[in-house]
Amino acid sequence: MRRFLLPLGVLFALLMLLGAGLGRDPQAIPSPLVGRPAPAFALAQLELPEKSFGPQDMKGKVWMLNVWASWCSSCRQEHPLLLDLAQRGVVPIVGLDYMDARPEGAKWLAQHGNPYQLSVLDANGKIGIDYGVYGVPETYVIDKLGVVRLKHTGPVTAEVIETKLLPLIKALNRG
Amino acid sequence: MARHHGLLASLLLALPLVAPAQGQPAVARGADAILEQHVHRIAGELRCLVCQNQTIADSQAQLAIDLKNQVREQLAQGASDAQVMDYMVQRYGDFVLYRPPLKGTTGPLWFGPLAMLLAGLAVLWSRLRRQDRPMHDADEEGGIA
Repeated sequence: MRRFLLPLGVLFALLMLLGAGLGRDPQAIPSPLVGRPAPAFALAQLELPEKSFGPQDMKGKVWMLNVWASWCSSCRQEHPLLLDLAQRGVVPIVGLDYMDARPEGAKWLAQHGNPYQLSVLDANGKIGIDYGVYGVPETYVIDKLGVVRLKHTGPVTAEVIETKLLPLIKALNRG
Repeated sequence: MARHHGLLASLLLALPLVAPAQGQPAVARGADAILEQHVHRIAGELRCLVCQNQTIADSQAQLAIDLKNQVREQLAQGASDAQVMDYMVQRYGDFVLYRPPLKGTTGPLWFGPLAMLLAGLAVLWSRLRRQDRPMHDADEEGGIA
């Protein structure tokens, strides 16, 4: 009987390891950007093309950068949550309209509501590359010093907002 | 026959080299062709973030095409291979490297399989030795291992 203990133990350990692997999201790639200053940019705003915006304009504030696009179907999924978050006024949200055209982006916001303090247009996706964007939507929390504190890839859910975003934003605002 | 197979295989392998070029307006020649080869070599070392089991050389995803353009642009400006790789790692992390780098956190990845193989062999060896003992004479012991 005892000679089965070792193989069984090994089998069990292997099952645990594989089981843990199943629970992980292969799409979630740790971002090297977290803990580093948000890459600078100066992009024309979506609604006011003559005005430009960059992360440096938000110095001293805790804010969220949300990458979206009119062609992005899962952006629609998180959109009501962002609208709700904007209405609560806990954090300014800036939109990065990624690989999009100005008319389409503006139309999409008019159609679905605009949770953004402002949006900037990254028509050719250059700034997206600087931020390591690989799936839209993506959400970044940036602190008062302009350092990226969190990156979330894919649509945010109510759970992500309540358990990750809001507590972090609250803590950053206190500090 | 085997020779033909080899030829066919190399043609098939060369296909992805040709396919992306079809989508481009101009045919690359001379210095451009050398740059394209260089871009392709580096693109073959970078993982496509959207379709994770492909390199960006093989992928037709929009992001892969953009990243290839980025590689091309930087090489054309005289960046070294290491600088281009560094640029990608800074934005997308080690994950973007198709061949994981050898460092502390990737130790289990590189040496885990070898360690498991050695552990398995050690168990096998000790079992075989134990089984051998009653059947063979003392001086033959260990002959199998």
